[in-house]
Amino acid sequence: MNIAELFPKLLDLTVFDYLRSVWGNAPWVEVVLDIIAILTVSTFALLLVFLLGWTERKVLARMQDRIGPNRVGGRFGQLQMVADVVKMMTKEMIIPAGADRIAYFAAPILSLMTSLLLFAVLPFAPGLIGVDLNVGVFYVLSISSVSVVALLLAGWGSNNKYALLGAFRSVAQLVSYEVPMILSILVPILLARSMSTVGLVEAQPIPFFFYAPLSAVIFFVASLAETGRSPFDLLEAESEIIAGFHTEYTGMVFGLFMAAEYIGIIFMSALFVTAYWSGYRLFGLENVVLNGLQLGRILGFLVIAGKTAVVFFLFMWIRATLPRFRIDQLLNFGWKFLVPLSIVLIFVVVILDKVLVEVGLVGGSNEVVRMGIHLVSNLLIGWATIEILRRRAKTARQDYEAEAAARDAARVTAPAHAD
Amino acid sequence: MAEQITFIIGSILALGAGFIVVTNRNLFHGALALMISFLGVAAIYLSLDAGFLAAAQLLIYIGAISILIIFAIMLTRRMMQTTEDPFNSQFLLALAASVTVFAILFSAIVYVWPLTASNSVPLAAKTAVADAVLQDTVVNLGSAFVGADGYVIPFELASILLLAAMVGAIIVAWPKPEDVA
Repeated sequence: MNIAELFPKLLDLTVFDYLRSVWGNAPWVEVVLDIIAILTVSTFALLLVFLLGWTERKVLARMQDRIGPNRVGGRFGQLQMVADVVKMMTKEMIIPAGADRIAYFAAPILSLMTSLLLFAVLPFAPGLIGVDLNVGVFYVLSISSVSVVALLLAGWGSNNKYALLGAFRSVAQLVSYEVPMILSILVPILLARSMSTVGLVEAQPIPFFFYAPLSAVIFFVASLAETGRSPFDLLEAESEIIAGFHTEYTGMVFGLFMAAEYIGIIFMSALFVTAYWSGYRLFGLENVVLNGLQLGRILGFLVIAGKTAVVFFLFMWIRATLPRFRIDQLLNFGWKFLVPLSIVLIFVVVILDKVLVEVGLVGGSNEVVRMGIHLVSNLLIGWATIEILRRRAKTARQDYEAEAAARDAARVTAPAHAD
Repeated sequence: MAEQITFIIGSILALGAGFIVVTNRNLFHGALALMISFLGVAAIYLSLDAGFLAAAQLLIYIGAISILIIFAIMLTRRMMQTTEDPFNSQFLLALAASVTVFAILFSAIVYVWPLTASNSVPLAAKTAVADAVLQDTVVNLGSAFVGADGYVIPFELASILLLAAMVGAIIVAWPKPEDVA
């Protein structure tokens, strides 16, 4: 079979349907296909690290008024990441004295493994997904909670007090921000009536961002913290507190942590797009059929890639512009602001949506009305939140000013006594 | 065939790691092995078509309880010298107790309330759970928990218990008035 015949077939079927038709349905075929699928998705995710690592360096450099990589592989330094990886591979691997070798080496592997496992439930295009679990989003949450273990292993295995302190700090941050993240992703699940990632996309003729902008923002902030990105990059913060849990890692073992971090960021951007920006859907572009060719699959993939790139750009933009939080500010922000707000949002969505179902304003042409009502409720809650915050800021400022005035008065009177 | 392989891998992980947990001298490695044991149990849940339970197992046992255990070990022991003797005077009693529990569970599943049809070989035949139940496990689980004709009262009781425990934890950790002043 030549390429010209193969191409339309691939668009109609999946590659796997094609291979099944060639190989027949012997029991080993499914196993081989599964292995091919796993290798393809993981390799794809790992290759993205090259692309996005370079993009990030270039974009950050431009935002900081620098040029960035400009030597390796041409004017724009396209091969900079290749050079970086070669550098990491050839570096000496130093294992600290007294390290717990099992924990020390399990940590980077576990870290990369959990990041790659997440991609199993990401819908890349219509019908193109690793496995459409009916508990897809819950699977993501449980896998990312396992990644916390990797940090503890790294911190403990290194036999270094700074690494251990860094690991404690990281675990405190990740466990805290898991809570608002779970609570905020419950809102699209409730709206879609499905925990499957495909179900989420299918339920979004109108992106859920317009139903629940507040939850979307909370999810975005929590995913910044979960991936350890600025302004929540206390996991690393190499300029102030030693690089955290991976202080003692060198060469490619450190490279695995870095790859895991980037893959996590890509996945979180893609999950944000899937849950709130209707994933691979864009005005029916994902279902385009041209001259009998199902172009929709390719277009859908380009759509989700483009949306994810925009979110990733936001990640970089925030990293380049916002300063870092302190650990107490970070935990207070998570527990005292994001968690209560997302609980309120869940209650409102549950009650409102139940009422809308009873009234019969869900689905079909009524979807716009449903969206409008949810949006208005979100705006009201947002306004109330800002009002409460403003009042509290006012009292805090008054207290502070009174304190400062008292201090000034004391300072004025003190020299008088001295004279 | 695939189910058997999954089951064998899952049970080797669960039992082998469990054996390491009780015989290892290093508490930290014991906690790690406990995690692998939990993972094996999750694999068995998966082979039983209970995806929700498997994910919950990962989230709660590996993501939360194991981390709690590791924190407890790190904060209470001298970290790098945890070489405890895994056997003490109670180990025979413990062995007897676990064998008894195993015997009771085994006989209950195989002889007293068999899940398989009555004329088939125990533990070898397909369980008598309807395929329709397996199709939509999450939906069924959800409506069984909070449906009016389901288990809503036990579910709410468990929630209240958890809430009370949480409030209690906050009260215990609350700074006492003399500390604040």
